[in-house]
Amino acid sequence: MSTPVEAEQTLGADQGAGDKPWQTIVWNDPVNLMSYVTYVFQKLFGYSRDHATKLMLDVHHKGKAAVTSGTKEKVEGDVAKLHAAGLWATMEQS
Amino acid sequence: MKSWRRKGGRVLGGFEQQEAAVLRGLVSQVEDMLRARSEESPQDELEELTGIRTGPSEGPDDPVLSRLLPDFHRLDPDHPTTEDLDSAAALRSLHEPEVLEAKVGVAAVVLQTLPPEGGDIKLSYEQADAWLAALNDVRLALGTALDVQEDMPDELPEEDPRAPHLGVYHWLTWVQESLVQALTE
Repeated sequence: MSTPVEAEQTLGADQGAGDKPWQTIVWNDPVNLMSYVTYVFQKLFGYSRDHATKLMLDVHHKGKAAVTSGTKEKVEGDVAKLHAAGLWATMEQS
Repeated sequence: MKSWRRKGGRVLGGFEQQEAAVLRGLVSQVEDMLRARSEESPQDELEELTGIRTGPSEGPDDPVLSRLLPDFHRLDPDHPTTEDLDSAAALRSLHEPEVLEAKVGVAAVVLQTLPPEGGDIKLSYEQADAWLAALNDVRLALGTALDVQEDMPDELPEEDPRAPHLGVYHWLTWVQESLVQALTE
């Protein structure tokens, strides 16, 4: 008999760490255009132009910005979409 | 190349023959690199059985491919933790096939809609989005190869071997910027 994989998640001492939300981080790079990065944030995440512009400016001036957060699966998908669009994105647990 | 413009639910642009040849050549080169990377993916019976594709767990050695397919975690360049390395490997293996498929797909849209002899072209919004992503991939590839920095001059000194290529890079930047403007105005 096998044990369902899900059962494992209720065991172990680091369950708390597994519950912490993940964040999608976009990093500044010298190639991507400011206008394009704003457009990608609007298109992929449905953000308003103002919000997308603010995030883009954070990337540009501060070197990075957290653009989405949520479960690991959601954030993985967001990072993959950003990579497809050519942005430099990574994920981390907040 | 005239500026892109939007008209009647379409995005219109035009390319000279030489421009079309340069752009098609660059897009094809990037597409070839991406396809070669796809073919490195492990093939196994489990994959055929489940239909779940898996990609390589290690990042590409080539700096251009490595920029097109970044790691899913920001790894400490000197002392990455085992946990981060393992997680980045697992995430790459899981998601790289879909990222590659998207990139090969947008390259194909450009090659289908840009005639080798140049001329006027008419794109749907969906095709225009594919163009934006494909132009971006080509700029990332060229930008990495030329070691482009944020404050790149318009021209490099004549003796710099990168000088002739930088003009193409700046032209691609203009083509992409004009397309974003046409889509957002």
